[in-house]
Amino acid sequence: MNPYIALLISFALCAIVAGIMCGASWLLGPKVENKAKSEIFETGNPPIGSIRGIRFPVKFYLTAILFVVFDIEVVFMYPWAVVFRRLGWIGLAEMAVFIAVLGVGLAYVWRVGALEWD
Amino acid sequence: MDFLISFVLALVALLILLQLTVLLLWVERKGSALIQDRVGANRANLFGGLLPFNLGIVNTLMADPLKLFHKEDIIPKDADAFLHWLAPFIAVLPLFVTFAVVPFGDVLVLGERVINLQAADVNVGLLFVLGMVSLGVYGVVIGGWASNSRYAFLGGVRGSAQMVSYEIGMGLALVAVVLTYGSLDLQEIARAQGQLMWGVIPAWGVFYQPLALVLFFIAGIAESKRPPFDLPEAESELVAGFYTEYSGSKQSMFMMSDFIEVAIVAALVTTLFFGGWQVPYLYRDGFHLPGGFFFGVPSLVVTILQVGAFLTKLFIFCWLQILVRWTYPRMRYDQLMNLGWKRLLPIGLANVVVTAVLVLALEGFTVP
Amino acid sequence: MIAFYFIAILTLASALMVVLHRNPIYSALGLVNTLFLIAVSFVMLDAELIAMLQVIVYAGAIVILFLFVIMLLNVETEVRTARVSRLGTAGLVLALLLALELGVFALVREPSSGTPELPAGFGSTELLAETLFSDGMLSFELTSLLLLVAVVGAVVMARRKVES
Repeated sequence: MNPYIALLISFALCAIVAGIMCGASWLLGPKVENKAKSEIFETGNPPIGSIRGIRFPVKFYLTAILFVVFDIEVVFMYPWAVVFRRLGWIGLAEMAVFIAVLGVGLAYVWRVGALEWD
Repeated sequence: MDFLISFVLALVALLILLQLTVLLLWVERKGSALIQDRVGANRANLFGGLLPFNLGIVNTLMADPLKLFHKEDIIPKDADAFLHWLAPFIAVLPLFVTFAVVPFGDVLVLGERVINLQAADVNVGLLFVLGMVSLGVYGVVIGGWASNSRYAFLGGVRGSAQMVSYEIGMGLALVAVVLTYGSLDLQEIARAQGQLMWGVIPAWGVFYQPLALVLFFIAGIAESKRPPFDLPEAESELVAGFYTEYSGSKQSMFMMSDFIEVAIVAALVTTLFFGGWQVPYLYRDGFHLPGGFFFGVPSLVVTILQVGAFLTKLFIFCWLQILVRWTYPRMRYDQLMNLGWKRLLPIGLANVVVTAVLVLALEGFTVP
Repeated sequence: MIAFYFIAILTLASALMVVLHRNPIYSALGLVNTLFLIAVSFVMLDAELIAMLQVIVYAGAIVILFLFVIMLLNVETEVRTARVSRLGTAGLVLALLLALELGVFALVREPSSGTPELPAGFGSTELLAETLFSDGMLSFELTSLLLLVAVVGAVVMARRKVES
């Protein structure tokens, strides 16, 4: 049987179970409206300013971009690893060049200090 | 009939995961009590103490989830209700499905049918697991955003940045494993570990790739935001980080995702590095001990032994993660990110290159 | 075939949500959904490796980047204005033109004789990897250079913002 059909069955089963569990409180729990309950928790102080005013540090954006690039690198390594033995030393040389180029990228990012978190 | 078998296997995988998660909650509380030299949770009673006996673990196992499911579901002011429901759903769903590709046994022979004990035998199972772990980040990001609270939002962003940094470490550690076994199929890797090195030692991944094991274990713990890497949800500092504004079953879903990831990391460590369901020297027809002894065992007993071995190893690695949690102090965020980018990434790359060279240079370094 | 139509309709619905929804977070989530459904389409076409790579890289990395950018720029929920924008009308006309072209092309073309012969192991990891690392070696190495450029560019842009 096609394993992906089995995966689909798994997926549907897990989605139903997870959906019910996430909605369980809404179905089973009490619903008493209370002004204090729906306020944001900030240990007693009323929250100043909304979520929109947050100055999002740009470090996170940089982390996300570096993640995308290195994720693509790792993802290229997987098919290479599977057929590696058939490719022999030439395959190793190819991938070594690839890793070296991206290693230069990592070294640059490291030196420039973009990986620093204060 | 095939459909029914697939459904039952999927159900079994899901049930193993759910039971393990609830069990881990209790093990965590009692285990931490053991480590910290105290008693731990022992107050759950049936019917308010009416019965003269206490069912112990059963009470705690039932009490926690039941209590949380009956709490009120509070959605903070001005928060988006749909996203508020969606975040724990997205956090938990990929993790549930991941367990479907983990093999928990070899085969079950029922008359003429040979059933592969794995809910979905996907050729690229390892990549599927990585994909689902990648999707788990959305739960954190959306959870933080949907709470409309600055604490929660920053906790969510920091949490997702951390998860994302360690995903690369995980991926790199596993590339070395794929180099050794030459396949992405988890059941195939588990089967390949049944072979013997030099006729005596089973070819488990830990002997070929000890460094990858350490890297993967560290990255896995960091990925699930468990202590010592739990600053985004630091219990004593940020209240609860990105799931501050969640109550009831949604909060329990986030906490469950913590334990589900523990189970998944443990499952992957067993399958890739410790032979999965392999019992040393046990094959489908019996024990083939080195020295030529053969000890025939009926196939049903073989299956039961193998599934038991899998569950035992799974539990050992879950316990190891709980030990790690209660042993190490929390890491600061910049130390955490340093570890991910400046240590795990270069060491992972070096490991891949060295493994590749060894695989080509030494003929016997691979498993077949 | 029914499976394909079902997935296609879901994909189109998600894509419409990406484009039409007012809240940018919903658009990003619609994008995740669309990319995931495209991965499902890949699986239906027997290209399992590409499907998994689609989930890992696209749905799992790139859209997270999008979400971070949305939050970085504090993109607000759009206020739907009453008047119809000129750009929207132009877009709609062009899209209809494209649909018309594709429809004419599909109807006029000679129907192909059944499914083409696929090489054994089509879409499998082994075949794709062997092709990539033998015939596609140059593209592969150029990809590494492209990624290097992306890293350097991102760092330069982000750090300029920090210093200013």
